[in-house]
Amino acid sequence: MSKDKFTTLKSQVVPLPSENIDTDQIIPARFLKATTREGFGDNLFRDWRYDPAGKPVKDFVLNNATWSGQILAAGKNFGSGSSREHAAWAIYDYGFRVVISSFFADIFKNNALNNGLLPVVVSDRFLKTLFDTLQQKPTTVITVDLEKQIVEVDGRKENFEINPYKKDCMINGYDDIDYLLSLKKEVNEFDLAHSSI
Amino acid sequence: MILEPKTIFEKIWDSHVVKRADGYPDALFIDRHFIHEVTSPQAFDGLRKRGIGVFNTKRTTATADHNVPTKDQHLPIKEALSRRQVETLRTNCKDFGIELYDLGHPFQGIVHIIGPELGLTLPGMTIVCGDSHTSTHGAFGNIAFGIGTSEVEQVLGTQCVLQYKAKTMKIEINGTLGKGVVSKDIILYIISKISASGATGYFVEYTGDTIRKLSMEARMTICNMSIEMGARGGLIAPDETTFTYIKGRKFAPQGSAFDQAIEHWKKLRTDDGARYDKVLTFDAADIAPMITYGTNPGMGMKVTDRIPTLAELKEISEQASFKKSLDYMGLEPGTTLLGKAIDYVFIGSCTNARIEDLRLVATMVKGKKKASNVEVWIIPGSKQVEEQARKEGLDKIFETAGFELRSPGCSACLGMNEDKVPPGKYCISTSNRNFEGRQGPQSRTFLASPLSAAAAAITGRVTDVREMVL
Ligand code: SF4
Repeated sequence: MSKDKFTTLKSQVVPLPSENIDTDQIIPARFLKATTREGFGDNLFRDWRYDPAGKPVKDFVLNNATWSGQILAAGKNFGSGSSREHAAWAIYDYGFRVVISSFFADIFKNNALNNGLLPVVVSDRFLKTLFDTLQQKPTTVITVDLEKQIVEVDGRKENFEINPYKKDCMINGYDDIDYLLSLKKEVNEFDLAHSSI
Repeated sequence: MILEPKTIFEKIWDSHVVKRADGYPDALFIDRHFIHEVTSPQAFDGLRKRGIGVFNTKRTTATADHNVPTKDQHLPIKEALSRRQVETLRTNCKDFGIELYDLGHPFQGIVHIIGPELGLTLPGMTIVCGDSHTSTHGAFGNIAFGIGTSEVEQVLGTQCVLQYKAKTMKIEINGTLGKGVVSKDIILYIISKISASGATGYFVEYTGDTIRKLSMEARMTICNMSIEMGARGGLIAPDETTFTYIKGRKFAPQGSAFDQAIEHWKKLRTDDGARYDKVLTFDAADIAPMITYGTNPGMGMKVTDRIPTLAELKEISEQASFKKSLDYMGLEPGTTLLGKAIDYVFIGSCTNARIEDLRLVATMVKGKKKASNVEVWIIPGSKQVEEQARKEGLDKIFETAGFELRSPGCSACLGMNEDKVPPGKYCISTSNRNFEGRQGPQSRTFLASPLSAAAAAITGRVTDVREMVL
């Protein structure tokens, strides 16, 4: 479905420096049973956020009033593991609009882009600077400018890459199906040509 | 005209591109789409909201696998949310005219197991499913990859998916496998060498004489876990072994159509001189029975090795995650796992729940009894596997050993249905993921081959299968 348009975001950042955060941590399988896209934010990082008895874990960033904002910054190789799109929904549903990391798993990146969540890939060095800055000043506001493809922390800027097609989609709030439906005639021909298998 | 030499991946990909435009991802035509209860409901919802139907229902096949119990499948599913998800799948398949292999159907099973066994998975195809282990199907020489639910909606509605062509990687394995070493060990070994993100951005082709000698089932195990090293998918060019497996399968081409298909399939190989973006080579003789000790599939070692110490890690930045992972597992750096007592053995999943896997387990446990400290779950990958196992009397062998052959489903592979490993318990598992909580909250997973898992079922401990009489 079409998503909110995204151009620039200025926000505080929630840091999660662990590396290799996989989609089972983002949203454990036992919470994948819903049949709609909404409501997954309640169980985002469930097993880090709540203890087995369901009590919030005090130190966890989402439970700690020090941290807030619409941007999540995470360690390298974020979103590995299962292809569950629920991971992107959960992050979006919780209220994040951007995830910054120095590396994203492929499927997660795609899923995020398909759901209006902007994955921003920065260098390891920049990510470290970001974490250090947040350590010193948790209320730091950073800027993510999609049009210029720039992320800025305390005057330090870094360019990030995004595919031009996905960038268009994010800025205009349209999605892949709109585009694919426009190819119906060509696809019909393919369907016939590949019918022997 | 001299044609540029191409890899098999490029041949299949290029022949499925409906539209390629500058700056846009390719619109890729999809031959076969598998769906299941967990990642499809929101996609059907999307179709309803847009007021469109399924592009070609014959190209889509549904089954219920992730969220199903593996006992008493004839009874309604106990857990309300799971039940609703399976019921939603039923309604959606009915409303949109899609074939569903529901609980109790003779073709029901884990989606990546039923595709190949029904002959729905064929060489040269493009295949997708809202599940990362779709890479399994690549063993037949096709492009198969997992997609998210938005993409499931795309494929249902348009029979296409927008994708960027992945880079290509060749992984070549030559030589003879040692005693007790099976295909699961090959792939766990490769992942331990290149890490859980070592193939991110690539589509892998497995080649080499070791691969050529493997059965289709063993090849599926390898392609299945391509995703565990970050690859988009993995494939193996089809050969006689592939054709023999496919021949006579329910939905495979029959008679002269089959002969024609083979002529086409034989061309599905990488041309001499074709370029890969990356090439890795391994020697089969270096591979031993493997086990993972951490919470990502790259944290694996030979069963006789010891867990690395912090000082032995390549990157200092990895130390914190490594430590966290071992703490979760309740393990110490520098120690060996051999002889460690375990609590559960899970034999199942789309990685290792085909008939050959069950036969392998049976050879190991025949005439023996399971250790009293372990609970053993053996879950066939499909109804057909279950039937075949019963026909061969494997269920009796398991029973004598003290465990029961259950009904098909994903089971303890993902801690979503009733089969969960309790908090803090150790499970030797033939599945593909050892993430925190994957088999249930606080569960601790050691990934291993079916042979190693079977050995552990007997000894109750992490065991080097080479020391068991085979
Ligand atoms: S068996 Fe496990 S990995 Fe395979 S499809 Fe089911 S949940 Fe996914």
